[in-house]
Amino acid sequence: MQRSIILPVATRYLMPLMLVFSIFLLLRGHNEVGGGFVGGLVAASALMLYAISTSPSALWKLLPLDPRFIAAIGLFISLFSGFIPLFYGKPFMTGMWIETPLPVLGKIGTPTLFDVGVYVLVIGVVVWILLEFAEDE
Amino acid sequence: MTALSITILAGFLIAILAPFLTRLMKHRAAFVLALYPLAVVMQLLALQRGSFTAPSIQFPWVPSMGLWMTFTLDGLGFLMGMLIAGIGTLVILYGGEYLRDDPYLERFFLWVIIFMASMLGVVTSGNALVLFVFWELTSISSFFLIGYKFEYESARAAAWQALLVTGAGGLAMLAGLVLLGQITGSFEINQWLQNPKLVQESSLAPAAFILILLGAMTKSAQFPFHFWLPNAMEAPTPVSAYLHSATMVKAGVYLLARLFPVLGGLALWNQVVPWVGLLTLVGGALLALGQTDLKKLLAYTTVSSLGGMVFLLGLGTPLAVKTAMLFLLTHALYKGTLFLVAGGVDHAAGSRDIRKLGKLAKLMPFTTLAAGLAALSMAGIPPLIGFISKEYVYESTLYYSNLPFILTGLAVLANVANVAVAGWVGIRPFWQQPEQKDEDLHLHKESVWLWIPPLVLAITGLFMGVFSQGAAQTWVAAATSSVLQEISKVKFSLWHGITPMLILSIVTLIIGVVVYLTSRTLIPGLAAFWKKLSFVGPNLFYSRSMRAFLSVAGWQTKILQSGYLRYYIITIIVTAVTLAVVTLATRYGRLPNPQWTQPRFYDVIFIVIIITSAILVTRAVSRLATITLLGAIGFSIAILFLLYSGPDLAMVQFAVETLTVILFVLVIYQLPKYTKSNYPIQANVLNIIVSVAGGVMMAVLMLLTSAVPSNSTLAPYFMENSLELAKGRNVVNVILVDFRGLDTLGEITVLMIAAIGVFALLGLKKGSKSGGNR
Repeated sequence: MQRSIILPVATRYLMPLMLVFSIFLLLRGHNEVGGGFVGGLVAASALMLYAISTSPSALWKLLPLDPRFIAAIGLFISLFSGFIPLFYGKPFMTGMWIETPLPVLGKIGTPTLFDVGVYVLVIGVVVWILLEFAEDE
Repeated sequence: MTALSITILAGFLIAILAPFLTRLMKHRAAFVLALYPLAVVMQLLALQRGSFTAPSIQFPWVPSMGLWMTFTLDGLGFLMGMLIAGIGTLVILYGGEYLRDDPYLERFFLWVIIFMASMLGVVTSGNALVLFVFWELTSISSFFLIGYKFEYESARAAAWQALLVTGAGGLAMLAGLVLLGQITGSFEINQWLQNPKLVQESSLAPAAFILILLGAMTKSAQFPFHFWLPNAMEAPTPVSAYLHSATMVKAGVYLLARLFPVLGGLALWNQVVPWVGLLTLVGGALLALGQTDLKKLLAYTTVSSLGGMVFLLGLGTPLAVKTAMLFLLTHALYKGTLFLVAGGVDHAAGSRDIRKLGKLAKLMPFTTLAAGLAALSMAGIPPLIGFISKEYVYESTLYYSNLPFILTGLAVLANVANVAVAGWVGIRPFWQQPEQKDEDLHLHKESVWLWIPPLVLAITGLFMGVFSQGAAQTWVAAATSSVLQEISKVKFSLWHGITPMLILSIVTLIIGVVVYLTSRTLIPGLAAFWKKLSFVGPNLFYSRSMRAFLSVAGWQTKILQSGYLRYYIITIIVTAVTLAVVTLATRYGRLPNPQWTQPRFYDVIFIVIIITSAILVTRAVSRLATITLLGAIGFSIAILFLLYSGPDLAMVQFAVETLTVILFVLVIYQLPKYTKSNYPIQANVLNIIVSVAGGVMMAVLMLLTSAVPSNSTLAPYFMENSLELAKGRNVVNVILVDFRGLDTLGEITVLMIAAIGVFALLGLKKGSKSGGNR
């Protein structure tokens, strides 16, 4: 089958943009529209776009880790963020914040970390499920 | 106590490290791991100097709900703890050798140590709920140890059976403990013991008692729940010796003894407990006489002995309680030994059939010695401790106020069986000629670590008998004091003069020897008899009810899980509509009037798009058209979200719609050719009715919901506090990650599980095909 050249070329520019945008969504989530879940979905779309325009196995090579691990790491990050307050004698999942906002990132606290975990998990899960459906031709 | 608790709880950590150690050191890891129970023994012995008690300590568990992990030690806990840790040390050493070349040795160590720590937890818990947690942990570790040889169907079935029976009993017990907690307002066992009146005067007490008794009966294999214990002999022999004879099965006895001050005063106690125990005592003994397998013989006599302990506790006189405590100790010593001996014989001769074994004395002298000592103790011959224990049993029944002669007669009967079985297991395989020749026997010499542990146990039994005024006396006195909640004096001696008990002992011995000698005719006869009776046995009841349970499960699964997506959707919609209609109908007069607002013109545009697409979807003739129309619906809904100020929702909806398209692109080539299915007209009518009903219901619900004035304080609370407490202005996201963060954690876990499910379904189907690129 003749492959179109348009999609691969477009993806080469779109994918990094979408990934950056997804991180932007993740970080602004606490104050503006956005958040880890939708950010993860956008990032996953970007990765899947790449898989469609090249091949699923190319995406396998591109990913630093098996998507199963990515999903597990995400879940672990979220869970871990809940445990941090325990070390300060506060109940599980109490929101704790760093006093001074960091440059670029803004205010950072355990909910931020929790959202990062959601973001990573959603990328892992979606890519994992979709790649299960995908087959190299 | 703090140090002791920390040592005990450290067991869980040691258990986790044990497999790694086993990989490093192979079976020699046993020598390191045995240090754990040894450390517990040392700490217990150090406490002996006091009054066997240690001040209780509390770790906070859920302090906001008044839950504390209380650990405490008294005489009863001390006696059990010594048995658990002492025999545990020997069992680990023995197990390392017994399973020396077994590929799963590390699992044995893992679960045995988890069991050990949990069992020590049971006997040192001062809080009923903590006790329950440890109790269940022992059931679980027992499950894994019975199923150790998981390649065998029988082992798996036995493991399941033990878990289901003890697990069901455990749940009953939990309910009973909760009732006691409700009555007294506390889960601290000490509080219960100090206010027995409070419980005894409550109308809930009988229910609590029966439920707790069920827990104890299943755990301690009391009739009619005894059947799991002989089946559990599928476990490796060290496990049988440890869990299913010396310690775990005594947990039920322990529980009854522990709660004796609270529940012992109930009238029901005396009406129920002795009979349960007596039935088990006699039944187990008679069942034992029909066995030829060493371990089965021991298992049924264990059932019988456990019945004896429950029976004695049921009598409840100070003498009987004292006897129960002594019997607890004695039984663990001789039965543990005999089990370990049986394992050694099995290891050396390759068979456990008493008809095939014989003349092993020369080959395995030390095992023979251990077996002989334990058998003498089990048969109740002086100067072993078993003798004293049997004398006490007779004394307890003879001087009981009710039916003393019948009780004593039945006790004699059970002890006769004990004498015979002791001979069959501990004497006959070593001295007599085998009854049958078996060419398959490969005799080889005993290994050192297979005879040292049983010999140590056997000699302990001898010493405790000869020096009966030493450890045995003080330990039993301490345990009795804590059961009766008053200082009890105990004085053991081997010689009391010519008493009725001594005469009964001699009679028992003589009849026992006769039974021992008639084994050739007796065993097959009784075995055939029991087989004939097995149709009323609880084992059959168990397997029947399991089968019935599974077929009901299969039937309802077939109905609910048809495998057709359309039926799932129909089921869901019909259920939802029915529930909604019923609810609405019952409140018909009180429903609010729906409020209408004027739609804006761009709302109408998207609504028209949605409706048109929905109708067209049903007429679409290609997959591409279907997916496009569904996409149109999805995106229009997303835009409506946006128009009604739900940007977060809209964004997620957009992303999901996009991913749906991607998913479709990925699978389109793999799908079979799209055929417009020609359903029969009735099916289409059903589909139309269901979908219209679903749509109408949702519309009505939406209208009604929006008509109800919102007087919730939740929304304003979130709006006000989002920035203040959670430092975020996007309330939706703050709710997701902070206020209701725990829900989100649950949801993302579900997401993960869903992915695993997809992987299991698709990945397995693809099989090796996808193996290339990962």
